[in-house]
Amino acid sequence: MTANYETREHDVLIIGAGGAGLRAAIEALAQGASVGVVCKSLLGKAHTVMAEGGIAAAMANVDAADSWKTHFRDTMRGGKFLNNWRMAQLHAQESPDRVRELEQWGALFDRTESGDILQRAFGGHTFKRLCHVGDRTGLEMIRTLQDRGVQQGIDVYMECTVTRLLMDGGRVAGAFAYWRENGRFIVFKAKSIVIATGGIGKAWRVTSNSWEYTGDGMALAYEAGAELMDMEFVQFHPTGMVWPPGVQGILVTEAVRGEGGILRNKVGERFMEKYDPKRMELSTRDVVARSIYTEVKEGRGTEHGGAYLDISHKPAEYVKKKLPSMYHQFKELADVDITKGPMEVGPTCHYMMGGIRVDAETAQSTVPGLFAAGEAAAGLHGANRLGGNSLSDLLVFGRRAGLAAAQHAKRSSTPSIDNAQIEQAEKELLAPFSNSGSESPYAVHRDLQEVMQNLVGIFRTDEDLKKALAELVKLKSRAAKVSVEGSRLFNPGWHLSFDLKAMLTVSEAVTYSALARTESRGAHSRIDHPSVDSAWEKKRNVIVRESGGMSRREVPIKPMPKELQEILDEDKV
Amino acid sequence: MKEATLRVFRGDSSGGQTVDYRVPVAPGMVVLDALHYIQGYLAPDLAVRWNCKAGKCGSCSAEVNGRPRLTCKTRMDDLPQDQPITVLPMKSFPRIKDLVTDVSWNYRVNRKIPPFEPRKRVEWKISQLDVDRVQEFRKCIECFLCQNVCHVLREHDKKEQFAGPRFFVRVAGLEMHPLDGLNRAGLLKDQLGLGYCNITKCCTEVCPEEIHITDNAIIPLKERVVDEFYDPLTMLFRKIRGG
Ligand SMILES: Cc1cc2nc3c(=O)[nH]c(=O)nc-3n(C[C@H](O)[C@H](O)[C@H](O)COP(=O)(O)OP(=O)(O)OC[C@H]3O[C@@H](n4cnc5c(N)ncnc54)[C@H](O)[C@@H]3O)c2cc1C
Ligand code: SF4
Ligand code: SF4
Ligand code: FES
Repeated sequence: MTANYETREHDVLIIGAGGAGLRAAIEALAQGASVGVVCKSLLGKAHTVMAEGGIAAAMANVDAADSWKTHFRDTMRGGKFLNNWRMAQLHAQESPDRVRELEQWGALFDRTESGDILQRAFGGHTFKRLCHVGDRTGLEMIRTLQDRGVQQGIDVYMECTVTRLLMDGGRVAGAFAYWRENGRFIVFKAKSIVIATGGIGKAWRVTSNSWEYTGDGMALAYEAGAELMDMEFVQFHPTGMVWPPGVQGILVTEAVRGEGGILRNKVGERFMEKYDPKRMELSTRDVVARSIYTEVKEGRGTEHGGAYLDISHKPAEYVKKKLPSMYHQFKELADVDITKGPMEVGPTCHYMMGGIRVDAETAQSTVPGLFAAGEAAAGLHGANRLGGNSLSDLLVFGRRAGLAAAQHAKRSSTPSIDNAQIEQAEKELLAPFSNSGSESPYAVHRDLQEVMQNLVGIFRTDEDLKKALAELVKLKSRAAKVSVEGSRLFNPGWHLSFDLKAMLTVSEAVTYSALARTESRGAHSRIDHPSVDSAWEKKRNVIVRESGGMSRREVPIKPMPKELQEILDEDKV
Repeated sequence: MKEATLRVFRGDSSGGQTVDYRVPVAPGMVVLDALHYIQGYLAPDLAVRWNCKAGKCGSCSAEVNGRPRLTCKTRMDDLPQDQPITVLPMKSFPRIKDLVTDVSWNYRVNRKIPPFEPRKRVEWKISQLDVDRVQEFRKCIECFLCQNVCHVLREHDKKEQFAGPRFFVRVAGLEMHPLDGLNRAGLLKDQLGLGYCNITKCCTEVCPEEIHITDNAIIPLKERVVDEFYDPLTMLFRKIRGG
């Protein structure tokens, strides 16, 4: 058989061109590796570009008392102590350097009076800690990284989707992908692979996430034998837009509350007084999301089923300067002038704390040669992520993943890939063209979103989760039968039929893990188990593929060294 | 529910035609929502780019009723509903399929521009005033709508000689970075073809980020090129220096 694919070879292949992937690429390149970066969209359009509020780093430019220790403590507390403590430590220690480095590569941040990087308040952070530029921090970050990466010589494969990791025995050997533009195939050979594919929000109906967030990287790693962990922890951001219907779920940055925004219910009560009188609007996201949900459920919601978020008590010029894109977003999409009146907001599926299980120092997964960083990896955020801790995560662990992947490549021989794997990947991908019947990938996707939204949302019960698992089984068999129209030329229906499989895999992992965790912690709230169970503080859920099926294990969490424990014990608030 | 007709280009590099689709209209709906409805229920292979659905990523550019716009920020209720709404791909780039065009040329142009390089022995202190001044240029979301309307590219197809307004905005963002140490005037003149721009301002009119491309980026850059290359004093200095 003549090859109906092109082949490319790199020392390090990076799947994903968001902050994590690009930072990994820059580092691997600096180590002398040849680096390829693959991404589903055009370069510069990954989720990172949408990040608004800022990057958390204890630079102590505004609050001199800040230090890595406080950042570490805030992160662990926010994550309800389920975080990988070593990751939380490295993250807190290294993020200031990573931000400075970004500045040296040309990123411009807002400044303090004395000319240093300005930092703003955010939920769960003790001090003003988020380095930002207005409310378009992610754009500044991704442009800086992409321009540096491209100039340094990474090869970028844009609009190219990886559908399978290729193996050489137990280690990773490459990846199979298709070009979205023309549907042709491409095989990458690589000694190391970094997964930086982001999250899974598109499995829910109301989400701040784009079409890209279908959990591909987690599903690819899982299929290759890697472990997933903490999959029950899905972050619902408290403030998404709720009206008009078309914009439902679009993010309203936490920076609105960071800059002094106030939440009220329909009768004008500042309801956070009831739920977290100390931190009020700047409580952690899990708490604020549940509070808004509860207000609405108990009949105190706004006209369109949300809460009011008001920043109009601040001077109009200040609001326009610090929150320009929010100002435009509401004006253009919802006919609301946020300098004059309140916004209507409600919870939206936003971020995945769980993901690929990695080693803290090297970001290597449980499969040799396979690394993961950014939202696709798990550990840093535990049961709940603090705002701003994702962008810093991308930089700190993106760099570590790139470094370790390049070193791994240096030590490794060229892997070999047998043709059977490639043929199998081709066959799977082309199946929807030969499937008969009329099952549409869009219809299956809509139904999946309803299942996850209604049964695996903010509040969960044993009954709902079991129902969800049963529904997922049906959806999986429907997904196997989807058929598509048209050709292989830029065909979104066809593209979705692969994405669907990934979404179903991660949805199943989320639901299994949620069912097992019979307590409420962080972003995971069980109505039938409303309190924290200390037994669940010492172990976590791990999902792995075994003889074709999904299996779950509980693994113990390593006890924290004394010096870190002492940091947590200091100043008990 | 109210309905509207979308008249969407269907085809590829070899040609095509517009096809009409009837779409239900919900309050506050944008053109991109209508395109998603078509994908989901009527034409699953309709090719469209999008990511953020909030005007932040610059993926969803198209020509709506003849005007280049972001489809995720174009409200259906701002368009006349009694006639079909036409949605065509950007004209200045080669077609791939339906509304998706080949914008890879832009990425090649970008490679010609050296990124930020700090001045020697710089102290990393910057005033907010300086940040505010360049902010405008750094807001660019690379929707390429300005590239699409600029006549130098659209009518005269000078893609080899001319970088287009997007990249003048980028150079402005670098040149006016308070700590940047490079000089890109020669590049602007010789490789990016700044001289082809005759200040028609069409680019500024379509920019969804409301960047004053012509007044704030292009004209100051043109002045810089003039100072550098045509100013008698600088020219004399160059001669003496042998530069
Ligand atoms: C609206 C919004 C605002 C946010 N604001 C903030 C903030 O202020 N502060 C903060 O810290 N965090 C914020 N977050 C979260 C943060 O932006 C994301 O978690 C982070 O950007 C994820 O980065 P990443 O590098 O892991 O992935 P991404 O930036 O999402 O990149 C993923 C990449 O993987 C590629 N990819 C995926 N699947 C495949 C495949 N199968 N084949 C090839 N390529 C693939 C994609 O094309 C993309 O290039 C925000 C998120 C959103 C949605
Ligand atoms: S002002 Fe210059 S760059 Fe802008 S559209 Fe006119 S000719 Fe093109
Ligand atoms: S300058 Fe404006 S129109 Fe041009 S690419 Fe940037 S955002 Fe789009
Ligand atoms: S989808 Fe991002 S700008 Fe329209």
